[in-house]
Amino acid sequence: MNGVRLLERGRRCGIPAFLIVLMVACGAATAAAQALVADLSSHLIAISTGFVGTEVVLFGAIDGPGEVAVVVTGPKGRVTVRKKESVGGIWMNRQSVAFDQVPSYYAVAVSSPLASLASPAVLTRHGIGVTHLPLVPAADQVVEAASLASFRAALIHEKQRDGLYGTGDGQVVFLGQRLFRTTISFPAAVATGAYSVGVFLIRDGDVVSAQTTPLIVNKIGLSAGISEVAQRQPALYGLAAVIGAFLIGWLAGSLLGRL
Amino acid sequence: MAPTYPKAGSGATGFDRALDVDRSWPDSLRGISSGAVVPGVSMEVYLPIAEMSVNALTIVGMGGVVGFLSGMFGVGGGFLITPLLMFVGVPAAVAVGTQANQLIAASVSGVLGHWRRNNVDVKMGLVLLAGGGLGSVLGIALFEQLQRLGQIDLTISLLYVLLLGAVGSSMLVESVAAMVRRRMPMVRGRLHRHTWMHGWPLKTRFPRSKLYISALLPFAIGTVGGVLVAVMGIGGGFLLVPAMIYLLGMPTALVAGTSLFQIVFTTAVVTLMQATVNHTVDVMLALLLLVGGVVGAQLGSRVGTRLRGEWARAMLAMLAMGVATALAVQLVETPVDPYSVTIGAPR
Repeated sequence: MNGVRLLERGRRCGIPAFLIVLMVACGAATAAAQALVADLSSHLIAISTGFVGTEVVLFGAIDGPGEVAVVVTGPKGRVTVRKKESVGGIWMNRQSVAFDQVPSYYAVAVSSPLASLASPAVLTRHGIGVTHLPLVPAADQVVEAASLASFRAALIHEKQRDGLYGTGDGQVVFLGQRLFRTTISFPAAVATGAYSVGVFLIRDGDVVSAQTTPLIVNKIGLSAGISEVAQRQPALYGLAAVIGAFLIGWLAGSLLGRL
Repeated sequence: MAPTYPKAGSGATGFDRALDVDRSWPDSLRGISSGAVVPGVSMEVYLPIAEMSVNALTIVGMGGVVGFLSGMFGVGGGFLITPLLMFVGVPAAVAVGTQANQLIAASVSGVLGHWRRNNVDVKMGLVLLAGGGLGSVLGIALFEQLQRLGQIDLTISLLYVLLLGAVGSSMLVESVAAMVRRRMPMVRGRLHRHTWMHGWPLKTRFPRSKLYISALLPFAIGTVGGVLVAVMGIGGGFLLVPAMIYLLGMPTALVAGTSLFQIVFTTAVVTLMQATVNHTVDVMLALLLLVGGVVGAQLGSRVGTRLRGEWARAMLAMLAMGVATALAVQLVETPVDPYSVTIGAPR
């Protein structure tokens, strides 16, 4: 629901403005649900042995005019960016900056160009767009502003090269006036964990409604078993790897050796 | 929905564009399935520890080629696999850890043949092994430290350049000299020279090798070998074999079997530790390498028996120097992208 329109209607009916603001605030959840509805074709991405990346379709509807922005954020963690410098003719890692809360995956799709949607301040507040990601260096680090910018750019570039951050903005396609859809692509190197898919309804340069949908990326089957044992029972995993290799080597040596 | 892999330039919509910037590897190396693969039968295999997918045929083929060479020349071939894996995008740490696992099988199948021919000096092997145990513990600690400092890739590359360059060039000189000598009458020299090292304490008899030397000498050689397995992911046969011939003065017939005997156990210890300390052993990757490696090694050893020793050594030397040169160029060449990103942080 449009707040301004509501205010006007309220004034016509003699309801005080503050009460309407209160109503809007209290009813935000229900109002938002009505203003914007979206869902994914699948809430689980299963990484099996043959996984080569996948696509998930997001579809939804809005209740009136407006633009839609979709932001997909992967599990966050610490990432270290290192820079090679030439030392005596050999290129080696010298400077490094650790960033906290870096999404392992990030992509944006919009129904019209990002710059025309809202002001940079609004985009930054909601974290819409790669350039508006709050990539802050971890505490206890002293980094110059100039080199910080280049390290940040390098981080984004590297992630984009791996297909983990979107280059440019994807497209949210409207089917008629209300229905919209977009496709989200995940490369094979996608990290496991809980992802969040944020859908924003933007009207007149402001976010009027938002909805967050979870998306889980999980290994299944053989690869899930292997990585789980490797992480939880590393000694057992190592032992199995050693015994397996012994057996294969012994089999190969005694079978093929006699051919 | 059928998993698809968008290719650069395909007019994809939506987020597909995210993938348009592809790595600069040639498609054949990345193993991106194009028209050649039967639809529905994907040869892509997801590596659970490396957390990436590779084309199974590429890795099996790689293992096969390296196995062929190692069968032909009688070396582990680890020095080729690690750089090749890094080249297809496997993280250096996973390449090294997995290689240790792969080497167990390769050296077990190799040592069996030598065992049947009674070409293993078990006592010498055990002393080497004791050194190897110490060396691999040191090596794993070093590996962990270097990984933390972000210098593991540089160290691996530098060690490869130095060792492959040194061993390769001296082997080339030696084999060319042998080719020249073949045309001249043989002069029988002494079995081995005595140097200052032979004055070390703890003198021990090694009846099988007909040696009476300080046990510290093979122990030290084993230690160096253990460090190499841990840090470089190679069996160390490359370095052990010449050291055993020239430093210990062991009979050549016993050297290959004895070094393989100790490599079996050193690689087992390293695999166990890489799995527990660094979590860098990918059994799926190791299995793929093994499938190709086992077949390749058998074919290679058949070809190898028809190849004259010094020719085989000269070819191996040139191969080693080629790898060393390629890695050296990478080290001094101005990188396209000076930045690199690692998950996690300097602790």
